[in-house]
Amino acid sequence: MTSPTPADDRPLLSAVDLHKAYGSTPALDGATLHLRAGEIVAVMGASGSGKSTLLHCLAGIVPPDAGQVHYRDRELSAMSDAERSALRRTEFGFVFQFGQLVPELSCLENVALPLRLGGTRRRVAEQRAAEWLGRLEVTEVAGHRPGEVSGGQGQRVAVARALVTAPRVLFADEPTGALDSLNGEQVMRLLTEAARHTGAAVVLVTHEPRVAAYADREIVVRDGRTRETVLAER
Amino acid sequence: MSIGQTFLGLLEASPRHGYELKRVYDERFGQGRPLHYGQVYSTLARLLKSGLVEVDGVEPGAGPERKRYAITAAGVTDVARWLAQPEKPDTYLQNTLYAKVVLGLLTGRDAADILDVQRAEHLRLMRALTRRKADGDLADQLICDFALFHLEADLRWLELTAARLDQLAATLRVPAPHPDRSTP
Ligand SMILES: Nc1ncnc2c1ncn2[C@@H]1O[C@H](COP(=O)(O)OP(=O)(O)O)[C@@H](O)[C@H]1O
Ligand SMILES: [Mg+2]
Repeated sequence: MTSPTPADDRPLLSAVDLHKAYGSTPALDGATLHLRAGEIVAVMGASGSGKSTLLHCLAGIVPPDAGQVHYRDRELSAMSDAERSALRRTEFGFVFQFGQLVPELSCLENVALPLRLGGTRRRVAEQRAAEWLGRLEVTEVAGHRPGEVSGGQGQRVAVARALVTAPRVLFADEPTGALDSLNGEQVMRLLTEAARHTGAAVVLVTHEPRVAAYADREIVVRDGRTRETVLAER
Repeated sequence: MSIGQTFLGLLEASPRHGYELKRVYDERFGQGRPLHYGQVYSTLARLLKSGLVEVDGVEPGAGPERKRYAITAAGVTDVARWLAQPEKPDTYLQNTLYAKVVLGLLTGRDAADILDVQRAEHLRLMRALTRRKADGDLADQLICDFALFHLEADLRWLELTAARLDQLAATLRVPAPHPDRSTP
């Protein structure tokens, strides 16, 4: 009654005023992003503007020089390395521009892998992996190795692998960057449908407006700064 | 879009009544802007007069809606010529947004804001079209893609212009919009 904001309105993942430099190269110079559960946010901006660095900071892969990242009630920099990697394994999923599938494993085994690493028995893991390949409409490549499938199929396998553990946040960095527009559209349609199906929130890094249009809203990074920061400084 | 030539194309496929032409046109090409009956019958009257269509049959009763129309040989020639002729590409040289950016700079307003606000508006429309595409059939997808590719082209221009505002300000001889970031 007295609480101004209901609990589920609080962001799932928040980055406030992040700064990050690589040597003397500034990558982030005041980046802020609030991600609510289940929402899909596109992070847009020119090449080199700091989008990937922002994603890496949000996912606890790279520590910011200044500013804070909170996942639920916890600050990422206050966690131990082991806690952060457990968080990445259980709560987060990742898709990059090039699928980064394990070349020696079949596509089915690739999708089952995160479950196997989490201790799920082989038969159960592969059954769920098969369901996910079906949801991403790539059942036919289950027995193929990643080197034997097309770019679009490989990315759909990568999306299946990222979502098979039912993460709360999916981080996608230019997931269609290496695909032609027809395959890119298909990957985006299936990725967003699958994320909505599982209720995963998505941080979608892209410089392509047509890809960003699959999101619920967009934020723009320019010279490492997001608009929130620019407005707050006025 | 030329309603006359579109009607001729539809009539070449098969003879139809005026109200059928309107229905098919609205369904395939109207995109939320249906034809008025006045437009339908004035167009058909013009096509009749120029000998491109003829009345193929009249049902008993009164009023224009009783007539069925068919294309003539001259009409077929006209459709063939229209289809074979390329559409004149839009030159896009009269650009309100460019004018706004220039005027923003000349009046000392924040031109980057003008571009940001426009980007948000473009993306709002692109999201709506993308959702419609997801729920639609192939026809919807093709129509929405046409719009999406054009909107994307606008956005590329917005980004390029945003990156060149300081340069543009210099050519207009107004102080740079970001004096704090300009190099000495
Ligand atoms: N690991 C790194 N080492 C050195 N410089 C980096 C590194 N990662 C990114 N950068 C620099 O940081 C800036 C932002 O890069 P990035 O976040 O990759 O941008 P984007 O993803 O928008 O293209 C760029 O100038 C880039 O060269
Ligand atoms: Mg990047």
